[in-house]
Amino acid sequence: MNMQLVTGNHAAGHSMSLAGEANRAARGAVCGIYPITPQTEIVEYVARFPFTKGRVVPVESEHSAMGVCIGAALNGARTFTASSSNGLAYMAENVMVAAFYRLPVVMAAVNRTLGPPWNIWADQGDTLMFRDFAWVQFYCDSNQDVADTALLAFRLAEDPRILLPVMVCMDAFIVSHTAMEVELASQEQVDRYLPPCVVPHRIDERRPVTIGGMALPQDTLSQRLELDEAMRRVPDVLEEHRAAFREVFGRDVSGAVEAYRTEDAERIFVASGTVATTLRDVVDECRARGERVGMVRIKLFRPFPRRELRELCAGAQKIAVLDRNYAAGTGGIFCQEVRASLQGWHGADGNFPLVQGYLTGVGGGDVIPPIVREVVADLARREAAGEPLWMGIEA
Amino acid sequence: MNTAVAEVRLDDCLLRPGNTNCGGCGMSVGLTMLGRALAGEHYSMVIPACCGIVAAGMYPTTSYNVPVVASTFASAPAFAAGVAAVNALNPAADGRPEHVICWAGDGGTYDIGMATLSAAAERNENLLYICYDNEIYGNTGGQRSSATPAAARTTTTPRGKGEGKKDIIGIMAAHRVPYAATLSIAHPDDFREKIRKALGIRGFRFFLIHAPCPTGWKTEPAESIELVRLAVRSGVFPLYEVVDGVEYRINAEPDGTDPAEYFGRQKRFGGGAVDLEALGRAVADRNRRLQQLAKMT
Repeated sequence: MNMQLVTGNHAAGHSMSLAGEANRAARGAVCGIYPITPQTEIVEYVARFPFTKGRVVPVESEHSAMGVCIGAALNGARTFTASSSNGLAYMAENVMVAAFYRLPVVMAAVNRTLGPPWNIWADQGDTLMFRDFAWVQFYCDSNQDVADTALLAFRLAEDPRILLPVMVCMDAFIVSHTAMEVELASQEQVDRYLPPCVVPHRIDERRPVTIGGMALPQDTLSQRLELDEAMRRVPDVLEEHRAAFREVFGRDVSGAVEAYRTEDAERIFVASGTVATTLRDVVDECRARGERVGMVRIKLFRPFPRRELRELCAGAQKIAVLDRNYAAGTGGIFCQEVRASLQGWHGADGNFPLVQGYLTGVGGGDVIPPIVREVVADLARREAAGEPLWMGIEA
Repeated sequence: MNTAVAEVRLDDCLLRPGNTNCGGCGMSVGLTMLGRALAGEHYSMVIPACCGIVAAGMYPTTSYNVPVVASTFASAPAFAAGVAAVNALNPAADGRPEHVICWAGDGGTYDIGMATLSAAAERNENLLYICYDNEIYGNTGGQRSSATPAAARTTTTPRGKGEGKKDIIGIMAAHRVPYAATLSIAHPDDFREKIRKALGIRGFRFFLIHAPCPTGWKTEPAESIELVRLAVRSGVFPLYEVVDGVEYRINAEPDGTDPAEYFGRQKRFGGGAVDLEALGRAVADRNRRLQQLAKMT
């Protein structure tokens, strides 16, 4: 066991670097890197890692950081990078290309409020703007979750049935800069866990193809259809790689969703990232009072775990979704997804459960227990769903 | 005259027969000359949004005989840096170099790709960056770029461009790149020699090809080669090279041809408002400066 007190950034840098090193017997590792608060420590970690067969390219922008990863992945290397907030917005065009080129790029994304106003605190609006960019997205709730998911991400991304880029998201500062005890992987373990990276469509002069030229609508449609099929395979393939993780590391890495005291729950609170950790405590308080409540943490956002969510919410009458993000004109993004997933489906009592959205910690405010208790109280007395409620506004 | 074409082996064609490029396209001739200069070499290309990627044709076919990666508009040097990094980590079985070539238009080079280009040059990435400069956004129907020369009419400068053209070789030289040079498709021997020379140099190598676009320049397709020949002879497009950003060498001295001959053949410089004398003076000033730089070497 290699227990260390490290930050989320350190955990991400460590796991991704070991993953890169693990590809030394294949075509090596390449990272395009560019700093932005609060992820900078990740790319610093990667920059000082003594790769046997790797190159870290310190570029002039996030757009180029992803560009380097794309070029390297198309030439068969294992590739990864990190970014945050406006850096992700600047990178956006190439983020999309990585997915449409079906490249297994892994990116650690530290969720930071999009500016203006300039604000470095946690808000998921940055990575959620990529919800339709065909990346697999995980939202982690702890440093250990980051360390382990960053490794799982490579197995999943590079699986020939998937071949999609994977984003490993964590809350700014609450995870990125807070030190926690983490069991860090060893190189020997990562070497066993990660097979050599194979990009089957990598460039090869014996087979001179043009990647990314023009295509007619019908061919484009076929490519999107293949992408959709790969996305649909993610939940099952993820389970295989979680099982392999257990074998190599002797511990579990959380999957698509995490259920907490949902058995017999009448009311379920849905959250992601670190908000879920606060929710767990509040659920315990409620349970101690005899209230039948539970929590579901959504870790896998893309593809959205519809099936799992329906199973977990089967007995619930009311569902609250806590969003640390805000899509202007609609509300919380997880709430929309939860509603869409449950639409047309009926719970145990034959009714569509009430789904209410709560905007918690938008712009990086702390989602402390009193705020969560207000959510609990509101849901308890609520008889119909309404507009999303803004929480944590000081009078 | 056709014997030279008959001798070319299809395998050596970078741009294969059957592509749909316009007649008189300077870029297409440039690609053919590049392919001949690189025959037998290991190489792949990265092409951003520009006529160069349209030239590949429609999926699943391609006109290119080497691996090509299409990059986003501003990203060719970044994508290429990634490709080159993996090449460096994985030497070819025969031990020979695997070149990575960026093939980009002036929009992707002078304008939207400038930051990416500058950064790749500053890092001295092991790339051959070739800008085929048709002095216009040709792909989108002929809008101004910062490579469009003064007085040229485009769809976004309908009364003629008020500003001059960026000195891209000067910009690259200021990065102290190991090698930067201009190429003309009217000077195939010089073209080939300089490409071959660059292959022997490691690091960032930059080329600028004067690439006529009959559609945008409002010229006769059959006159494309003659036009760029005039550009060299009159000093409008001097052929020169810069080693390590400081050693200037002029490869073909202007022969005193009046630049007006070059400008006068193109309808983009038509319309009566063009001050040919001023254009000629600007050309002469630039060449005097270039000669001074060459003398200092």
